[in-house]
Amino acid sequence: MTAYTVTVTVRLKSGVLDPEAETTQQALERLGFDLDGLRSADRFEIDLDADSADAAADRADEMAERLLANPTIHDYEVTVAAADR
Amino acid sequence: MTVAILRFGGSNCDRDARAALDHLDVDAEIVWHEDGLPDDVEGVVVPGGFSYGDYLRAGAMAARSPVMAEVREAAESGVPVLGICNGAQIGSESGLTPGAFTTNRSARFQCEHVHLRVENAETPFTQVFEESDVISLPIAHGEGRFEIADDALATLRSEDRVLFRYCDTDGNVTDAANPNGSKDNIAGVLGEQESVAVLMPHPERATLPEVAGANGAGTDGAGVLAAFE
Repeated sequence: MTAYTVTVTVRLKSGVLDPEAETTQQALERLGFDLDGLRSADRFEIDLDADSADAAADRADEMAERLLANPTIHDYEVTVAAADR
Repeated sequence: MTVAILRFGGSNCDRDARAALDHLDVDAEIVWHEDGLPDDVEGVVVPGGFSYGDYLRAGAMAARSPVMAEVREAAESGVPVLGICNGAQIGSESGLTPGAFTTNRSARFQCEHVHLRVENAETPFTQVFEESDVISLPIAHGEGRFEIADDALATLRSEDRVLFRYCDTDGNVTDAANPNGSKDNIAGVLGEQESVAVLMPHPERATLPEVAGANGAGTDGAGVLAAFE
């Protein structure tokens, strides 16, 4: 078993309205920043032991499917790195 | 009939639901989710509130609690199940009903009276109404914008599973009458069975005559809760 840190990034599907991101963009613009767009995402960093990087990614996929993301509104991506611990 | 009103940590409309059902002479009890459904359960209300502090997404945590598997079994056996507000979010997160409820278009918590058009009057929750009737209920939510994929919405419509849509006082379904940006103005939908429904507005807050008189609402909610009579 090897220690990994898997990162699951959950974001709204393209085309799904994101009022929080719009509000954040407006606040940045009020502060004088010039920007063309802003998207927000949730990022989960999960420490786990697995036989391989692929096995670690498979488990993170299942976590995203069953809880971390809502398939109606979200897309997600998983990256795996050797744990720094 | 014993109706179980599920209580999670953070539920806060459970007692309102019981008061409303008491008023309708429906035998109802508040059930702590870890205790499971009573054996003689003949109805389930998943009430509003902020279960698990809305962590991750509103309803996401409660939807994965063991009691929801029992609710699914009860629903499949024909027991009426109604999710209200946070209960609607829990219902959709658990897959009892399609779609998702997410952040209001305004990005704000909204507490106001809305009008709803009855889209399907052939359900336990709308049996006292006629199709196209306009009823008034209060909303109180920050994450009530109904989202669903276009193809899933088409299926929902073709199966007549849209229960209520936000409308104006005359029953016109307009963008101006849509309080939260819900797709197709949808305020409530049915599960795979017509005995399973979720809606963001609060029927239990528009059932007691004394409350209705005080806050400007009517008692249209009693018609929705009549499903449990």
